[in-house]
Amino acid sequence: MYAYSQVDQQLVEQRVAQFRDQTRRYLAGQLDEEVFKQLRLRNGLYVQRHAPMLRVAIPYGVLNSTQLRMLAHIATTYDRGFAHVTTRQNFQFNWPPLETVPDILAELAGVQMHAIQTSGNCIRNVTSDPLAGVAPDEIEDPRIWCELLRQWSTLHPEFSFLPRKFKIAVTGSAQDRVASQVHDIGLQMVRDVNGAHGFRVLVGGGLGRTPVVGKLLREYLPREELLSYVDAILRVYNLHGRRDNIYKARIKILVNAIGIDAFRDQVEAEWDAIRDSELRLDAARIDAVRDAFTNFDYKALDDDPDTPHRCARNPLFATWYRQNTRPHKVPGYRVVYLSLKSHGQAPGDISAEQMDAVAELADRYSFGEIRTTYTQNLILAQVEQSELEALWQELTRLRLANPNIGTVSDIICCPGFDFCALANATSIDVAGDIAQRFDALDRAFDVGPVRINISGCMNACGHHHVGNIGLLGVDKNGEDWYQITLGGADGNDCALGKVLGPSVAKAEIGEAVERIIETYLELRRSGETFIDTLRRIGRDPFRERVYATTH
Amino acid sequence: MPQLIDSSGPLIDDWIRLDDAMPPRGGRVIVSLERLKREWREISASDFAVGVELAADEPIEEILPLLPRLEIVVLNFGKFADGRAFSQASLLRNRHGYGGIIRASGEVLRDQLAFMQRSGFDQFELADGEDPASALDAFTEISLSYQPTARRAS
Repeated sequence: MYAYSQVDQQLVEQRVAQFRDQTRRYLAGQLDEEVFKQLRLRNGLYVQRHAPMLRVAIPYGVLNSTQLRMLAHIATTYDRGFAHVTTRQNFQFNWPPLETVPDILAELAGVQMHAIQTSGNCIRNVTSDPLAGVAPDEIEDPRIWCELLRQWSTLHPEFSFLPRKFKIAVTGSAQDRVASQVHDIGLQMVRDVNGAHGFRVLVGGGLGRTPVVGKLLREYLPREELLSYVDAILRVYNLHGRRDNIYKARIKILVNAIGIDAFRDQVEAEWDAIRDSELRLDAARIDAVRDAFTNFDYKALDDDPDTPHRCARNPLFATWYRQNTRPHKVPGYRVVYLSLKSHGQAPGDISAEQMDAVAELADRYSFGEIRTTYTQNLILAQVEQSELEALWQELTRLRLANPNIGTVSDIICCPGFDFCALANATSIDVAGDIAQRFDALDRAFDVGPVRINISGCMNACGHHHVGNIGLLGVDKNGEDWYQITLGGADGNDCALGKVLGPSVAKAEIGEAVERIIETYLELRRSGETFIDTLRRIGRDPFRERVYATTH
Repeated sequence: MPQLIDSSGPLIDDWIRLDDAMPPRGGRVIVSLERLKREWREISASDFAVGVELAADEPIEEILPLLPRLEIVVLNFGKFADGRAFSQASLLRNRHGYGGIIRASGEVLRDQLAFMQRSGFDQFELADGEDPASALDAFTEISLSYQPTARRAS
């Protein structure tokens, strides 16, 4: 966990007071609607279909138990008793009364949290690998760099009114678990030939109406030059990004318009002028941020020899262990995923009772730390292997142990028409329908890893373009229909899915997905995952099956 | 006439905007980029105190050769949400060492004043409806900053 410095704390408190005054002036009719909109967005406050929606930043997806209890308190006191975990690792509250938001922000500030720059045309909360600091394949903990970026981007006077929103993701491992290739800037930690650490820099990725995979801007950026380089990118974008059309304003459009080589020339020229400025990070600055992160007091353990026996004795535990836990770099420990994708639950939703209970489990089993993931689940990342079975039992009681991580029912899904003013179609009920079809766990496991993503509109908050199976809600004469894309991927093999055929009515979309999965099961070769088979045989067999008339 | 302030209070505007149709005159004049370029020879030979007003899409590179002669650069916020002038000011101060006055014009809102000041602006022509007295509070709401910009928060 990162502990706030005095500067961090004061700045967040001053920001709350500033927003309280802005809200007061707005409610008193002294602040124009459009102006207040821009101000409230930069404090995470949208106005949605039914009510305001407040998006709280979870920097790089890490929380402590006190913070999670505060989120539970906010859900109970100001909202309707639940919250939603987003694909950018944040928490959203769907019903807070506008006039209470300054109070909510003040409560958040009390536990070193905020909602600064979680929306609006500015640099958004930086996301990171949910396994940061614990992944065995990690080169370096990316959170230090995320925190340096958080500080640099917070209330940046020059870059707070950009042409459009700006999203940065950082990964510290060779394995990409943050969808870095579909961010405005993707930073991938790499080693150079001498073993020094730096970043491979991608630019211009993004989804929405014009999905684009990020392009390589720089093969290697020394890590201490991170801020000056990102500053250079932002200045070129701020001056030259389009502002005449909201749908053409993301950096990806600029990069595509002038070409990556010309864009690189501009960035490098700009960078040349500022490399040797205060933006260069010296060792003391980097160490100060690194030292502000708690080091956990791991026990000296060997890997637990009893785990295989426990699994043999209890097949349900064994299934959960296989599906929902991952290796930890420290012997004797294991990473545990808490599934927020259970039956009858909107994907990514969590109740206040669950939040309080998870906070308590985090205190008992995981050094009080909780993480949020890009896939809209939670993680307890620091669990002793010998305690896994006890934790599993508690999670089962809390309905957080559905052993479906990475399977067909671990669906990434936006809030859709039920909550969002932008949506064309519902998404939550479609996710429920699909999950139900694969309810029999054996069937889900037989299907193996497959990612389904659902977006209620072309803004693509459910990242449907990079789902192995992507569903996009479209409005046809007032009815919900869904366009199907196949072949998307969000990891190192990032790819955009291609449209399968005509969109499908809501009543038939679950059946269509089932047919896609059945086609895979029939045509796969031994050891092939869904995406492997799809890449080998192409979309045609899937298309024939989905659009075949059965009646 | 918009209300002119700096971070300590109201100012009397002693600059005159010379629109493109008005004949050249002495004193302290602010002209458009187009006129500045067209009449540069004449202006540079005169003893006018001269400044220029740039729109957000007019690159500051156009005025760099003339910078030593310019006592004021006015950067116009055509729309308050168009943030290009923040970068223009920042470049003038940090990159090109401009030491004259940088003034914000156009949709200059109270709630952006602190960002403007930190980017290098020092005078502000407030948009209609902004109260110059309460606008001053905007400069002190946030007293801390993380970035090495033209000016730190105060």
